[in-house]
Amino acid sequence: MTNLSLTLRDSATMLRRDFRHSRRNLKMTLSGLLTPVVMLFLFNDVFGGTLGAGLGGVAHGGAYINYIAPAIILVTVGSGVATTAINLCMDMSEGIINRFRTMAISRASVLTGQVIGSLIRTLISIIFVIGVALLVGFRPTTSLVAWIAALGVIALFTFALTWMGVVFGLVGKTPAGANSLSLIFQLILPFTSSAFVRPDSMPVGIRWFAEYQPFTPVIDTLRGLLLGTPIGNSAVLAVTWCVGLTLVGYLWARAVYNRDPVR
Amino acid sequence: MMIETRGLRKAFGDHVVLDGLDLNVAEGTIFALLGPNGAGKTTTVQILSTLIGADGGEVRVAGHDVAREPDAVRAAIGVTGQFSAVDNLLTGEENLLLMADLHHLGRSEGRWRAATLLDRFDLVDAAKNTPAIYSGGMRRRLDLAMTLVGDPRIIFLDEPTTGLDPRSRHTMWQIIRDLVAGGVTILLTTQYLEEADLLADRVAVLDQGKLVAEGTSNELKRLVPGGHIRLQFTDARGLEAAARTLGEVMRDDNELTLQVPTDGNVRSLQTVLDQLDPEAIAVDGVSLHTPDLDDVFFALTGHPDTQKGNAR
Repeated sequence: MTNLSLTLRDSATMLRRDFRHSRRNLKMTLSGLLTPVVMLFLFNDVFGGTLGAGLGGVAHGGAYINYIAPAIILVTVGSGVATTAINLCMDMSEGIINRFRTMAISRASVLTGQVIGSLIRTLISIIFVIGVALLVGFRPTTSLVAWIAALGVIALFTFALTWMGVVFGLVGKTPAGANSLSLIFQLILPFTSSAFVRPDSMPVGIRWFAEYQPFTPVIDTLRGLLLGTPIGNSAVLAVTWCVGLTLVGYLWARAVYNRDPVR
Repeated sequence: MMIETRGLRKAFGDHVVLDGLDLNVAEGTIFALLGPNGAGKTTTVQILSTLIGADGGEVRVAGHDVAREPDAVRAAIGVTGQFSAVDNLLTGEENLLLMADLHHLGRSEGRWRAATLLDRFDLVDAAKNTPAIYSGGMRRRLDLAMTLVGDPRIIFLDEPTTGLDPRSRHTMWQIIRDLVAGGVTILLTTQYLEEADLLADRVAVLDQGKLVAEGTSNELKRLVPGGHIRLQFTDARGLEAAARTLGEVMRDDNELTLQVPTDGNVRSLQTVLDQLDPEAIAVDGVSLHTPDLDDVFFALTGHPDTQKGNAR
């Protein structure tokens, strides 16, 4: 068997294992949905009045829900990162990982199986969250092509962040540690981006940060695709961030995984 | 040789774990690595099974260098560690099928292999349950069954019976004997002297990262003194008379016993009894004690095997 087909076959086996884990560990699998849905209601119904009024006309002439729906989608991605990191961290503490390391299998398959599994889980969560957003009043004004492009951007971003989640799972040492690291993508970066309010309303330092971090261009690209606002160079920045994070995450994860396991 | 090491060295930081280890394990034999906790047993298994790298020395397993051709080594070996290596979220059967998939067996062959192993290791009733509800012995059997899915030629067993009850321990011993009868080479580590004595063709005593002795268990036992004939008497008069006749002996007046040093052969026993016979001294009981590996361990390492007491 060639190397590539060996990798594919072993990765498919690991993916099946990952799906079985999701089914057996349903609470963990579903908890990834909780954060974005709670945030959606919190921001739309609790803070939405004030925040939406504060945005005024810049809320694209529509309800605040239209402004935050793309952000909530990315919070779902961030929440998926936490699930990935915790799952992987728990898995790595199991003796079976050491068994895999002493078997003549594709070494990368342990990680790729996890990444593809997480990617699929997160994308399913996103479809669910989009459904909830539509139910509470999200009204995208867009074409089918733009929807497909938007889903493409979401998938790309999810893929990139999932690899980072794998890194957090590997370097986090404990599930709690892995979860803490994931807060970067779950809370810190979304709140300091254009997700909920416009960066130009923020203090100078944070505004500068918001303009140059990955969530802002990805959110602005999604808004452009789904609501028809100007995209500018956001799309190029978004794709560049996705590719960059994927590369960093993949190489970092591989390096950590290939190290001798700690006794 | 299926397993060969020359000058194997490993340190974790400043702590030297293996200090120039030479091992030779012939095909189709059981080799026991005996030593207390911290002697370097698990580290040796981890290096031989390609889990971690060595710092120095040469290691060949199944004819392949572990550092240069790890995948060729991995294709020939199976490892059952001290710590359970089963997937706790999968059922027993799913665990075996996972191994079958990773060994690239066909669907029907994988199912057949899994069913055979479940049957052989008495896990048929538990096949549809996850290991969460397994007993220690069942978990260990599943672990070993998973190792066997790939039909390894060399099996590493790191403390295969630690923590098992006596019945499970005997089951495991029988499984190990059956494997070797089938031509497999086994390297096992143990802190139980009895286990090495019972199972292994050759035993290496490891202490603080160094081999302190290597040979068959009989060869090792010959390295140390301690063999004796124990004579039991019914009364103090017999004891006294026998002690006078035999001369240089260990005497226990409370137990009414004498211990006569011996090298363990039958002739020496005969000589002792012949000396007592003309005096018409009534001997109530005779037993022959050869040194066990406990004595060997103590003599070789200079400290008693402290693990034994608390591990059982």
